Parts: sequence; C-alpha cells; structure tokens
Amino acid sequence: MSRSGSPGYPAGSEIRSSKEAELRVVHQPLPRHDQAEKIAGRTQYAGDLAFASMLHARLVRSPVPSARIIRRDAAAALTIPGVICVLFGEDVPHNIVRVDVPGQTVEVAALKASMEVLATDRVRFHGEPVALVVAESEDALAEACDLVEIDYEDLPGVFDPAEALADGAAAVHEQGNLLGEWRIDRGDVSAAFAAADAVVEGSYQTQTVDHAYLEPEAGVGWLDDEEVLNLRVATQVVEHYRDVARILGIPEARVRVIAPYVGGGFGGKEDMTVEPYLALAVWRTQRPVHMQWTRQESLLARPKRHRMWLRYRTAARRDGTILGQEIDITADAGAYAYLSALVLLYSSVHACGPYRVGNVRLRARCAYTNNPPTSAFRGFGGMQVVFGYESQMDLLSRQLGIDPGEIRKRNALARGDVLPVGQAIQTEVLLAETIDAVLDRAGRKPVPSGPRKAVGRGIASNIQSYGRLVWLNDSAAAWVGFQLDGSLSVRCGVPDIGGGQASSLAQIAAEVLGVEMDRITVHFGDSALTPLAGTTTATRQLLMSGNAAYEASVLLRDAVLRTVAAETGQPAEGLRMEPGRITGQGVAVSLPEALVTCRRRNVPIEAIGTFFGPKGKPVVRDLQADRVFPDFTFGTHLCDLEVDLDTGQVELLKYVAAHDVGRAINPRSVAGQISGAVAQGLGMALLEEIMVADGVNLTGGFYQYLIPTATDLPEIEPIVLESGEGLGPFGARGIGEPPIGPPAAAVASAIHEAVGARPTVLPITPERVLGCAAEREPPRDFR
Amino acid sequence: MSENLTVTLTVNGRKITRTAGAHLTLLRWLREVAGVTDPKYGCGEGICGSCTVLVDEVQVSSCLVLAAQVDGATVTTAAGLAEPDGTLNPLQRAFHEHHAAQCGFCTPGMLMAAAAMLADGRTRTRAEIRQGLHGNLCRCTGYGPIVDAIEATQLGAGQHSAGQHGAGGHGTGQLGARQQGAGW
Repeated sequence: MSRSGSPGYPAGSEIRSSKEAELRVVHQPLPRHDQAEKIAGRTQYAGDLAFASMLHARLVRSPVPSARIIRRDAAAALTIPGVICVLFGEDVPHNIVRVDVPGQTVEVAALKASMEVLATDRVRFHGEPVALVVAESEDALAEACDLVEIDYEDLPGVFDPAEALADGAAAVHEQGNLLGEWRIDRGDVSAAFAAADAVVEGSYQTQTVDHAYLEPEAGVGWLDDEEVLNLRVATQVVEHYRDVARILGIPEARVRVIAPYVGGGFGGKEDMTVEPYLALAVWRTQRPVHMQWTRQESLLARPKRHRMWLRYRTAARRDGTILGQEIDITADAGAYAYLSALVLLYSSVHACGPYRVGNVRLRARCAYTNNPPTSAFRGFGGMQVVFGYESQMDLLSRQLGIDPGEIRKRNALARGDVLPVGQAIQTEVLLAETIDAVLDRAGRKPVPSGPRKAVGRGIASNIQSYGRLVWLNDSAAAWVGFQLDGSLSVRCGVPDIGGGQASSLAQIAAEVLGVEMDRITVHFGDSALTPLAGTTTATRQLLMSGNAAYEASVLLRDAVLRTVAAETGQPAEGLRMEPGRITGQGVAVSLPEALVTCRRRNVPIEAIGTFFGPKGKPVVRDLQADRVFPDFTFGTHLCDLEVDLDTGQVELLKYVAAHDVGRAINPRSVAGQISGAVAQGLGMALLEEIMVADGVNLTGGFYQYLIPTATDLPEIEPIVLESGEGLGPFGARGIGEPPIGPPAAAVASAIHEAVGARPTVLPITPERVLGCAAEREPPRDFR
Repeated sequence: MSENLTVTLTVNGRKITRTAGAHLTLLRWLREVAGVTDPKYGCGEGICGSCTVLVDEVQVSSCLVLAAQVDGATVTTAAGLAEPDGTLNPLQRAFHEHHAAQCGFCTPGMLMAAAAMLADGRTRTRAEIRQGLHGNLCRCTGYGPIVDAIEATQLGAGQHSAGQHGAGGHGTGQLGARQQGAGW
C-alpha cells in the first residue's frame, strides 16, 4: 500500500491507494461542476421557481395522534378572498398512496402497505394530512387553513413499540401492530455460549432523529402544452411520477417529475413529500401551484429515523474471538409502514457488524404506534445497530483486557467470510487497515485540561451495504452523446441531492472519452427527458448510474475509435481519445473530424448504457440468503474527547474517520461525504432528538431540535483507503451512508473511558454523562 | 390582513420599489415580491442562517425583520458578491476551491456570514471563524471546508491552491506535498 499526501482534500485528510491506476480525470480532486452556480447564488432550488399567476397550497394536519374524524367543513375557509378550493380525501381520484419500495424497480415489497393521501375517517399521527387548501396568496392560505373545521373524537393510542406488541394494545391498523419481523438462526448459539470464556450483555437505545436538511420540502407544479403534469420538486426519487399517476388515475406518461439540485436529502426525500398534494392542486385548478412546507411542518410530520431498542449478548474466547451473539431489536415504525420493514431488514443483516460471527440468533421487530412515521434515513437501519455491536466490542475489549483495535482486527471479516444472513463477502476487506490508519493518525491520547476534566478515546468500526437489495431488480440508465463540436452531453435520471451525483458522471465520462470537464454538460433528474436511473438512496447511485455512464461512455468510445480505425486503416486498439483529438501510431484526427466521419459512415455518436444490479432471490422472515446486497463498505472512526465532570459537558477534541472507498472518483466529494456523515452522526450521538409525548410531537423548531453548529464540532479528518475492489466504476464502493454509522459508538466508548461507565441511551446529553460518572464516583458533598 | 406599503430597497446595486403587504418579512419581500431567491427559507425563526443578508453592511437574518423596517436600506445577498459580469469574488472563489458547498442550500447565507466576519479586516483563528459561523447551520459538510475557505480568504489566499492551509496547523503537513494539476 502506498501512502501519499492528500491533494485537494480538506485540511487534515489523506488518501492511500493500494492499486495505483492511470487516471486522468477520475480520482482527481476537481471542484464539482455544480459548485460555482451554488456559490454564486444562482442555483434554482425547488422552492425558488415562480410562475406568474401561481397559486399556493398548504395542508391542514391533524392536531391529535389518534382519532376518528367526525366532521370536516370548508365553508368558512372558502369565504376568505383568494381561496380557490379546499380538498378532502373524497376529492382525491384514488385516495391511496402505496408506501412500497419506490424507484427504478419492477418488484414491490411483499408488504402492500398503503395510506390515504388525505385522511378521511381516521388519523393515526400528529400531523397527518387531512385537507389541502389552495389559494391565490400565502396570506390567504394561512388565514383559510385556520378556518377549515375538522372535528376529531379521540381514540386510544399506543406510543411505545413494546407496548404496541403486547396483548390488548390499541390497534393502530386493523391487521395488528406487528409490521415486520425478521429472524436469523445460524450455527449453534447455545453451544457457543457454553464454550465461552467471557459473555457480555448490553441494552442500548437510539432516539427519533430528523434529517434536518436545510431545504424544507418544496416544489412547483404546472400543466404543460402537452397536458403533462409537471412537478419540479425537492426529491430523491423522480420515479414517484408513477405514484402520482396512480393517485390521479392518469397514464404514467402524463406525469413528469423534475428534480433540480436538492438542498439535502439524507433519506427524508425518498418517500413522497409535496408531490401528491401539488399534483392534486394543479389537476383541480389547472393552474401552476407552489407548495412550501415550513420547518415546523417538516419536523412535525415527515418520517424520521427509527427509535430502536437493541439487546445484545456476546460470547467470546479468552483471545477475543467472538463465538456467538444473541440479538433482539425492537423498532418504532410510527403510524404508517413506509420503509420500516426494510429498515429492520438492514438492521438484521448488519447486526453483527464487520466481524466473523458463526453462531447467531437474532429477532428484529418493528411495531406500529401513533408516533410520527419513520422511514429511510442515511444508514437505513444499518447504522443504529453500530451503537449495539460496537458497544459490545468495547465491553469485551475491557473485560478481556485486549486493546480495542486488536480485538476488532482479530474478528474482522475477510474476503470469503460469510455474514450471519448467509452472504459471503466477495471483495477485499481493509478493516484492519482502517483501524491502523485512525490510530496512526490520532497519535498520543490527549491529557485533561484541568482537575475536574477527564479525557477518553473511542474507536468504532462498521459495515454498511451499498446498492439495493438484490431482489429489487435494480437498474439505471445513462445516455452519453457528442455534439458536433466535440463537446459532450450526458443525460441521466439521477437526482443530485448535494453529494456530487451529477458531477461524478461527468468525471467518469471525461475519463473514458478524453473530454475536458468544462466541455461536458450533465442533464439529470428528469423523469421525462433523462433515462431513468432510480433513486438517490441506498448509497446506490455511483454503483448504478456511475456504471451506466461508464458503460455508455465505453460504447461510444469504442464506436468512434472503430470508425476512425476503419477510416485510417489503423487497428482500433492502438487509438486513444484525448482532449479534442484521437491519436495513435501515425494517426492524429481532430474529434470534430472523427465525428463527421462517424456520421458519414452511419455510426451513431451517442450511446445509452444500462446497468443492472446484482440479482438474488427475495428473503422470507427467517433470513437465509446467498446474497442480500451487492457489496459493503467498511470503515473505522476514532474520537478523542474531554468530559467536564461537574457539568457533564462533552468537548470533542479530535475525530478521524477512515473508509475503504474502493476508488475515489472525486476525492473531495468523498471527503465531503465522510465529514458530513460524521457531523450528522455526532449530532445523533450528543444533541439531537425529536421529542414526542403520548404521540404529540413537541419539537417545534430548530431552537429545540439542535443540529451541530460549527462550534460543536472538532476538525473532522477523513482518511480514504482505496482497495480498488468496489463494484462501481473504476473499482469504487459507495460512501454516502457508511460514515454515519460509527460516531455514536465511538463517542460512547470515549466517554466510557473518560468517566468509567458506558452511556447506552442516545443522545448522550450532559445529564446522561453525569449519570455515567455517578456510577463510578461517590456523590460529591456540596454542603 | 395588513395594509400594503411601498418599500424601496437597493438590492445588490439595483434599486427596487414595490408595494406589498406591510407585514412581509425582508426574506419574503426579497423572494416573493422582488424575485431575489438566493436568500433561502430554512426555518423562519432566525436559527438556521440560510436567509442571512447584509442590511447596510450589518449581518441580518432576513426572516426576522420586516421589509418595511429597513425601507431605504442597501441590501446585499450572496448573488451580489460577484462582479457584475458574474465572476466570483475572492471569498466565493475560496468556497469553490475548498469544496465548501455540497447541497449548497446554506451556502448563500454562509457566504454572507463570512462576508460580515471578514469586513473588519481582522485575521481570525479557526476557532474564531467557527464562532462567527455558529448562527449558520450546514448539514452536509461538517463545516471544515467552509472554515478552510474563510481562513484562506482572510490570508489573501483565495486565488491560490486549495492545498495551502497556512496558519491552521492541524495536520496539514502532507497537504502541500503533492499538488496536482492547475485550476483548483
């Protein structure tokens, strides 16, 4: 493995490659092509577009978590000047929205779960949409929404998933409160525990977390000259045009979803947000309509990250080898299914972490409650379990007196090892290298800054899949075409949610086709005009649209080179595409000239590439599969911190995060993904929680929901390892989600070291830190 | 509903006079009445900083003041930082070079907070820069690249390579070692 400096990385980051590739554009830390416009303030986000004579729409939401709707009356609201209409569920052509797996997928989940677009006779969570008001102005809208009269009769609710699963619990849905259950039974767990030298047990709780992207849900809809319903919305999934068509009862070809640059997604814009409501308003009024959710609405009612209760028992030999693990997971699915069953599947598959565990018994359940719904969020169930399995690893390391890095290395998965679910790891795993990398970088442990201060260091490793579940028949397409002047257009349906999804396609095409970056334009995220590429979720876009763009570029390159070869009489193998020209032995043809030759010889100067994800069979409740995911990304984080023993305040001193990304297509985008995910993970570790009391969401704004500020975070130092082993283009692995997993566990381990007891409930507030410290210290006498 | 009121503001060098609701915040007035959309709505209560603008050179959360309160003022938004021909100013170039925008939604507000900070010409430490940004939330970057960009700008390094971090002194030793290509 070579070790080098880190050109173009944020301060303190570095990159190490095990296989040096000859790459001209890919692997270079180029400024992303979307940055300049964003920095100039010119990028038009979903809420920025305006039409003359545009209407505005807003939802009236349930103020109670569980109730029957007794009466709905719009008469008073309709008296407000400027109000166009008030719509209820009966006004929706097909008042049902499927919450199955969205995207460029032909299969739906086994679960045919659904909810009403607008609730008609029953509400199941605080904030559920009941009426849609459309008006000429935001001011009329605000006044009218207050005047829509809806009477509710409270029904018993259930607000805790364990209670929801108990006998006699109030039923959230008729079919019962158990939404999903998965089990793993592998090897002989009883024998493993009987043979163990050490057994550690732990119970861990994660909290309800909001995505808190800076751009609240927004969009504009209009009918175009072909009577196509256009929705330009902040979304991770342009394929929701199909859901919209089903709701309106019109052909899918009559709906177009455009995703402009999105102001952050993190999973929160995977399910539909404004889409069905904008569609209804446009359809009903035949006029352009704008919808902007407030921050308060976003915090109130959009699906969140699952609260989980994790129970772990781990058996190990004296040398640290893990023999077996028993795991029980209960998650709060909230009031509607959304993607909860799949989130729990992710939890189950990832539950033992990046370690060889031959004997495993697992049960994972998610239950309906009358809490806010929960669904996709960066890490998708694969991240909460890191807090469980890495806490166990730390306890084991302490009990056996084995260094935290060493015990992890002894158990690290390697190529060929089989996960508890049955899937063998097919690519090289650099987990040990990530552990060494963070320890090397961190150097000596810090010393306390005062007498009532304590310092600690924690490390945490993780495994996180990239790419969709293999039975979803995932696919992505991209189109690449030369213009006659040699500039290049790329068309791909990928939504760009801020991670450089579009820009990386330009880098890939530039590499293959020898075109300079400033001669490439990427058209993206348009369900009508760009080839569909599926969702920007599941860390799948580099794997999927990246490979599609790569394939299209190779097809185009080969076609052009074959044509030049035929024209010049030289073998195509000796020809290369360089910026502006094609060269080879005795050949130097300008690109425009070569393109004219292609046209003359009836050779297309465009190509479409379609990439199909790896295939596999669907799983059933008892998990056993050769393959569940395409592949995985591995990493290790290290955190140094100081605890104030009097206040419980935690100061983060150092944070290092190393991941094997296979190949960094753009090292700066990779570093950005790692740093940003760490920041989000640290927010979950220490600060963030959606507070819900008996189903009533008490979180009223960013003054209560505290995401990390610049002063809360340390310098985050990403380290990028490149095994070249990923399934993406040029050997890339996905990196969007994986780095959000380890922070909470790394912080908890560091606090454990500092105060002598382990925090097990997130977020680790100062009160909880003091609680841990009190376990070890006798109470101080303040008299 | 409140009365209409005529307000005149000079926004990014352009004098704009509009008659609109007296209750409109400066943010709504800019976005909905004047069509200036680079200040963003992120929370509506002065926490996130996405709507940050300069009003007569003072940093303001435009969601917290009424347009009518600042009638006659000069307002600068991120779109007003660039040269008239669209060329990015040194602060913006540093943001570009340091990869300080990901989704970009917080960026216009972040730029204005940075511009307000840099206006006094004082050279700040990284910790002081972070302090100056604590009214502006970013959910994508982890803030490091934004701090890098502001640090580089105050050192007059905005147009130089991103690899040179100057006085930060936090593990930058390897960074200058392998400068690549031109143009970033």
